Amino acid sequence: MSSISDVQIDHDDHHHAPPKGLMRWVLTTNHKDIGSMYLWFSFAMFLTGGAMAMVIRAELFQPGLQFVEPNFFNQMTTVHGLIMVFGAVMPAFTGLANWLIPMMIGAPDMALPRMNNWSFWILPFAFAILLASLFMEGGGPNFGWTFYAPLSTTYAPDSVALFVFSVHIMGISSIMGAINVIVTIMNMRAPGMTYMKLPLFVWTWLITAFLLIAVMPVLAGVVTMVLTDKFFGTSFFDAAGGGDPVLFQHIFWFFGHPEVYIMILPSFGIISAIVPAFSRKKLFGYASMVYATASIAGLSFIVWAHHMFTTGMPVQAELFFMYCTMLISVPTGVKVFNWVATMWRGAISFETPMLFALAFIVLFTIGGFSGLMLAITPVDFQYHDTYFVVAHFHYVLVSGAIFSIMAACYFWLPKWTGKMYDEGLAKLHFWCSLISVNVLFFPMHFLGLGGMPRRIPDYALQFADVNAIVSLGGFAFGLSQLIFLAVVIKCIRGGEPTTAKPWEGAEGLEWDLLPAKAPYHSFSTPPEVK
Amino acid sequence: MTRCIQLLLLLASSPAALAEGGMSYNLRPGVTAISQQVYGLHMTIFYICCAIGVVVFGAMFWAIIHHRKSKGAKPASFHESTKVEIVWTVIPFLILIGMAIPATKTLLAMEDPSNADLTVQVTGSQWKWHYKYFDYELEYYSLLASDQDEITGKRAKRENYLLEVDRPLVLPVGKKVRFLMTSEDVIHSWWVPDFAVKKDANPGFINEAWTIIDEPGIYRGQCAELCGKDHGFMPVVVIAKEQDEFDQWMAEQQQAYQQAKQEEQALLAMTMDEAELMSVGKQVYDKHCAACHQANGEGLPGVFPALKDSPIALGDVDAHIDIIVNGKAGTAMQAFGKQLTLKEIAAVTTYERNAWGNDTGDLVQAKDVAALKGQE
Amino acid sequence: MSQAHDNYYVPAQSIWPIVGAVGLFLIASGAGFTVQQLDSEQGWGVWVLSLGVVVIIAMLFGWFGNVIQESMSGLYSEQMDRSFRQGMSWFIFSEVMFFAAFFGALFYARMIAVPWLGGASNNAMTAEVLWPEFEAIWPLIKTPDGTTTQAMGWMGLPLINTLILVTSSITLHFAHVGMEKDQRKPLKLWLFITLVLGFAFLVLQVEEYIHAYQEMGLTLDSGIYGNTFFLLTGFHGMHVTLGVIILTVMFLRILKGHFTGKQHFGFMAASWYWHFVDVVWLLLFVFVYIL
Ligand code: HEA
Ligand code: HEA
Ligand code: HEC
Ligand code: CUA
Ligand SMILES: [Cu+2]
Repeated sequence: MSSISDVQIDHDDHHHAPPKGLMRWVLTTNHKDIGSMYLWFSFAMFLTGGAMAMVIRAELFQPGLQFVEPNFFNQMTTVHGLIMVFGAVMPAFTGLANWLIPMMIGAPDMALPRMNNWSFWILPFAFAILLASLFMEGGGPNFGWTFYAPLSTTYAPDSVALFVFSVHIMGISSIMGAINVIVTIMNMRAPGMTYMKLPLFVWTWLITAFLLIAVMPVLAGVVTMVLTDKFFGTSFFDAAGGGDPVLFQHIFWFFGHPEVYIMILPSFGIISAIVPAFSRKKLFGYASMVYATASIAGLSFIVWAHHMFTTGMPVQAELFFMYCTMLISVPTGVKVFNWVATMWRGAISFETPMLFALAFIVLFTIGGFSGLMLAITPVDFQYHDTYFVVAHFHYVLVSGAIFSIMAACYFWLPKWTGKMYDEGLAKLHFWCSLISVNVLFFPMHFLGLGGMPRRIPDYALQFADVNAIVSLGGFAFGLSQLIFLAVVIKCIRGGEPTTAKPWEGAEGLEWDLLPAKAPYHSFSTPPEVK
Repeated sequence: MTRCIQLLLLLASSPAALAEGGMSYNLRPGVTAISQQVYGLHMTIFYICCAIGVVVFGAMFWAIIHHRKSKGAKPASFHESTKVEIVWTVIPFLILIGMAIPATKTLLAMEDPSNADLTVQVTGSQWKWHYKYFDYELEYYSLLASDQDEITGKRAKRENYLLEVDRPLVLPVGKKVRFLMTSEDVIHSWWVPDFAVKKDANPGFINEAWTIIDEPGIYRGQCAELCGKDHGFMPVVVIAKEQDEFDQWMAEQQQAYQQAKQEEQALLAMTMDEAELMSVGKQVYDKHCAACHQANGEGLPGVFPALKDSPIALGDVDAHIDIIVNGKAGTAMQAFGKQLTLKEIAAVTTYERNAWGNDTGDLVQAKDVAALKGQE
Repeated sequence: MSQAHDNYYVPAQSIWPIVGAVGLFLIASGAGFTVQQLDSEQGWGVWVLSLGVVVIIAMLFGWFGNVIQESMSGLYSEQMDRSFRQGMSWFIFSEVMFFAAFFGALFYARMIAVPWLGGASNNAMTAEVLWPEFEAIWPLIKTPDGTTTQAMGWMGLPLINTLILVTSSITLHFAHVGMEKDQRKPLKLWLFITLVLGFAFLVLQVEEYIHAYQEMGLTLDSGIYGNTFFLLTGFHGMHVTLGVIILTVMFLRILKGHFTGKQHFGFMAASWYWHFVDVVWLLLFVFVYIL
């Protein structure tokens, strides 16, 4: 039991500087270290998933098969989706939660610091397994990120077993991360920090964490059924044994739909921090923002079958899911209107975080509109499984979730590093991203309406020109993200030192009470919040 | 490179210039009453969204332009108004009700396949469609007609590249046609945009859909559910004909169908020589088998087994015929007994046993296949 | 908030999380290979899997060892204790949702998939064209493709097992009361009885499985009835096993004199877990066996 005494020894100096070397990162229990690791990991995955998107776009640049086999193309599509969702967006949010929540609520650290480290370190291993499966005989997962049975069972390559178990441990990681967030928020608030004083980022994460704990186990359940159907002779998704392939979709989307809100609610929190800061005005309608978030989360449990309108559900079910889905526009609208009202008669300035936030509001709303169109069942029959859907979800995910993450990085980078990033370079990143993201994803609406199905490596000739434009937009957007990397590295290496509160209008404990660079242990004794 | 420049030019020019490419940038109104209703709904919602967009973004940009710090704006201090918030909760809600009503009507109409004049069973399998007319004795497979050389760019791509099949589905206009969708293996989805019909073909279940086509013509669609490697190569083509032309077509088909059956019997007595078997066999192989086992017989390791040097192709003939005729349950290897004629099966078996260095020298004849089929 | 805010103990660096991550990595990849190698001669996957399990067990000992030591040396506060409790409650909630997925599958199969295969709702043609012979009844003793099996009744073993588990929940509660009153004797006695009941349950469960496989032809692959039966009872059984192990550890710790009437988070978590497993069984008994 010598290790325990080791622990005891360095326990003494844990209020001072961070330990040095690689082991600092491997063994750390510090929320900031873990937050940084999450963010870097997420960025690495963003590049990996992005590289796969580039393969997709290169193949689709022209009609005909040029670079990859159809089977490999399907693997790229699948793994791109999986990596972006589970490897890029979710860990980025968890990273932000780790960095920010303790600072925002006046806590010394996350509630369960060791478990926090465990949640993080599972991820690189999980994705190593997923990526390794691409190199197995028969290839990696090729059945879409939604892995519909029986394509993912009877007809799948054997490597599906690795996919299943890697999803299992990803799920364990997410659940532990979420438990940590929830417990931290419920139990670690500084005295006086009542629920209705929490910054919205904290609120949105509280609700997101609840969603995570509620649905990740369901994902674990459904992959388990996939595993037993493929390898142990069960027939959950096989009519011959009394099951139903559509059952898979119900369970998957019961997870999957809340999952997409897991990828957007924290963004709402970020935007609700940035817009007031640069409008120099308090957030409009704080309470209704909280209720709206909660309503979105609540509704997200009863809309899942809008992904399944073409599966042949009885018409009553289709109507139910259509109505519920449409309803989500109401609380989401409240959020958008409140942001606009916050800006109204403010004193707005346009630093990079604000630019990304503004782009978020416009582009996310466009994505929301196409979502609403998809919700209209009879018309969804036309849109479903076409590039219209691809356009919809990239608007909400890339110019939504990813843009908000970028905005958050720019906004809090000074607090993380104590230094200011290069505003000129950052603006360049913004404008390049803004233009190319629209060249990339806007024409996809046309492709979808014109009749191009998604998940195909080759297409009919009439789609050629638009696809080529989309691909060019894609390459440009991908390259633009390298500017982001440059900005961050430049900031860390040699940014100008900054002040405790570089943004005039920013509010919150992290700006008001902490020095320019947040100390390793922010609040060893909790502050009193009035 | 020149193509890039060309495209940049295109990008800079108006969408109108793009439209010359032949792609429509909007949903097509289609050729059925339902598809037109759907189109109408689509446009209505689209305009509503645009209107809301104009209001919301308008307010936002107004603030961006007029309430900016650089212009000396001083921040106001309001941050709450229950009244306004109720307004912008209720108004969207009312707008949604306005959308839901026509949507519900259209949906109820779409989901009522009763009183059909003609029923067709549509069965998807990796990667072809099978059509079976109820009330007539006719069923056949429909496969992609673009060939491998077009796809890999060895040959110029013809018009309707990837949207052409060898045997389209033929339907009468003005009649209510009911489709019974199902699948033999994974989930496919039968989609013809001009009819606004897209319905999943789930293995083991039958989904119903229907259409009444207004105008004769050729309508093209594609499989709309990821169904494996060649999901992108599984088009749907429907030819709609006037009733009398349809009847005439049907009569011809039925005759041909009967004839083929008789010929099949006659074939049993005949023996084909190696050259014929091998050339027919190669054709059949390239069309039906190469998608999985690859033209060179090497398969895709881990997914589709190689036939070159495979123990089955080199071993017992009957076992070889058996797997082709009956497939292998629970794998992608489907039963070809129904899809191919005795002659074709004999030829493809022979081909597999003698191509790519599989030099067994065995010749398989139609009667061998029939014998094996007969045993069941 | 009347909650205390003392100095919250933030542990220094710890080796156990990374050990745990490596352990899970070995388990996940090992299990993946094991499953793929089921019907081949190669079998090295199992070794990786087992190594992973060993690593995780080592981690648990080390990690909990740290926690116990920290707790015993008075580093923890009431707030800390609340973190643990809330963490445990949310963990149990996640477990509830895991079972919910399988119960969902069971309900869907019973209420939707099987009736539809028999022609209900908008699936008249499904029955007519594809499965003309099929009869939609639950328990599904004959699948659409003709596999037959027998249904497990609720009398006999299942009923006895229900009684055992319910009793064990009660005895555990008594133990808990003993703990809170710092009465070590009844605590040990009741906990011991709980353990015995837990073991008994597991033995009978194995007995039931053997009976199902050998005499009833009810197996994991005998259609959706067998699938849901074995996965639900199987995952439940795994949880009982885990629960018994945890309670055993608690028993040993109590013998060593750990815990006090005020501070016994470990014991409490174990007992919550046990009650949760018990509730799941009651649901199982109703929905899998009786109905
Ligand atoms: C961050 C992720 C995210 C978010 C936030 C959303 C938000 C929404 N999504 Fe989206 N969606 C996805 C990610 C997301 N989606 C993904 C990944 C898929 C595809 C999965 C796959 O198949 O691979 C998908 C697919 C998908 C489908 C299935 C399409 C199909 O396959 O056929 C549908 C159908 O209803 C849908 C609807 C909606 C709706 C109604 C919203 C709403 O929440 C949007 C609400 C917002 C607004 C409406 C805009 C703002 C509101 C106002 C300004 C108020 C006034 C407005 C009105 C009254 C109209 N989505
Ligand atoms: C958050 C999630 C997320 C994000 C960020 C993205 C980002 C991108 N996606 Fe993603 N996408 C999904 C989630 C996401 N996607 C999902 C869920 C699916 C469905 C999958 C399925 O059908 O199963 C999908 C499917 C999907 C398709 C449809 C594939 C098909 O149906 O076959 C396409 C096609 O264009 C596409 C393109 C892109 C592009 C170009 C980007 C770009 O934004 C990526 C930009 C980033 C980079 C490029 C990396 C950074 C730069 C470098 C590494 C330097 C090198 C750069 C160059 C060489 C140019 N995606
Ligand atoms: C959709 C994919 C697909 C198509 C099309 C297909 N096969 Fe197969 N075939 C398979 C798969 C998968 C297997 C392996 C089955 C197994 O797991 O044993 C297989 C196995 C075989 C085998 C046994 C090989 C061995 O060594 O096990 C033969 C022979 C064969 N196919 C012949 C054919 C012929 C002839 C055709 C065309 C008329 C054809 N296949 C079309 C997928 C396909
Ligand atoms: Cu068949 Cu896609
Ligand atoms: Cu959804």
